[in-house]
Amino acid sequence: MSKIVELEKALEYVKDGMTVMIAGFMGVGTPETLVDGLIEKGVKDLFIICTDTARPEKGIGKLIVNDRVKKLIASHIGTNPVTGQKMNAGEIDVTLVPQGTLAERIRAGGAGLGGILTPTGIGTVVEEGKEKITVDGKQYLLELPLKADIALIRGSKVDKLGNVWYKGATRNFNPMMATAADIVIVEAEEIVEIGEIDPNDVVTSGIFVDYVVKGEE
Amino acid sequence: MDIRERIARRVAKELSDGDIVNLGIGMPTMVSDFIPEGVEVILQSENGFIGMGAAPKEGEEDPDIVNAGGMPITVKTGASFFDSAVSFGIIRGGHVDATILGALQVDEKGNLASWMIPGKMVPGMGGAMDLVVGAKRVIIAMEHTAKGKPKILKECSLPLTAVGEVDLIVTEMGVIEPTEKGLVLKEIAEDVTVEDIQAVTEANLMIDPNLKTMDI
Repeated sequence: MSKIVELEKALEYVKDGMTVMIAGFMGVGTPETLVDGLIEKGVKDLFIICTDTARPEKGIGKLIVNDRVKKLIASHIGTNPVTGQKMNAGEIDVTLVPQGTLAERIRAGGAGLGGILTPTGIGTVVEEGKEKITVDGKQYLLELPLKADIALIRGSKVDKLGNVWYKGATRNFNPMMATAADIVIVEAEEIVEIGEIDPNDVVTSGIFVDYVVKGEE
Repeated sequence: MDIRERIARRVAKELSDGDIVNLGIGMPTMVSDFIPEGVEVILQSENGFIGMGAAPKEGEEDPDIVNAGGMPITVKTGASFFDSAVSFGIIRGGHVDATILGALQVDEKGNLASWMIPGKMVPGMGGAMDLVVGAKRVIIAMEHTAKGKPKILKECSLPLTAVGEVDLIVTEMGVIEPTEKGLVLKEIAEDVTVEDIQAVTEANLMIDPNLKTMDI
């Protein structure tokens, strides 16, 4: 059963107002073809969960610049000045989350956990409104799981079952996001036959993936 | 010598052979150029690898391999890639020996403010809060003042990155260690007096009885 579909077919599932996780670090490992497709399709009012908003002309930055984002969870927005401008103008509701906490909250969302305990953010504004739990005399913040309607991820090699191998630093948030959404769409730099990726090298199992779209190399 | 180079050279001497080190963006990145001979450190990059090498030659950039600033970088033989959850597990789990970061403010309790200026600059904390809480040693590499105003304060006025986690502050004027009793001036630059450095430091500096000339 092949999961390969055309871009338009995969993006049929993305609707206005949905919560969408998009992987990538400064655009590296971001599915650019899917992001461009979202802009072309015209979806808006998205709630985006991502590491950073890259640059205005790159990755998730393009969704910000094109006014498609209503709400944002990210760890860093400093490399895209447009995000800050829209935040200050009240056009985007931004929540900043420490990067490690963000990774674990998404992992928890996909792994059926009720949250995670982290020392990160104790004594800072990050702890506001959160429950503190003491374990062996040390304080931790209870951070809640994150889930999404859609996850858009990018694989360097993807087989027809949706098994994914990531090259270099493109892995970043992709494996966690692939587990934490109702529908997972993978953009493949290269689509390969089943069996071409050694089972030992599969990082994201095809069971997490719903659709595979061919992206740019 | 450029003051940034002076700071980077001094910080580099804090590193020991075999240390796993995470370097922040900007001046901390320069530290890797001055690591003493015979000392080999293993650089961790928060976006997902261990074993970071030098910047690639022009034309040899791999778009899939960038550092935490998004710039093309290389990896050394023996490097390994992983996802962001593992990367921050390495950081938070105490597997990083030292992190070197810049700062907006540091105070006498070892508190650090480095991620936002309300109303002006809100880039986000990125990985800094995890790094400062998780690394075994937190070394701040920064210029002593900002536009002539002290950055080493009695109490940080900007939103904190972490509470009481700073282990050492290296500036172009000296080397300062936060202790339970307050800040101790351990080393002072050749061209600076104790009065000079105290004059641009809001927090009180205790002078180490073995005060040394800053070793660069």
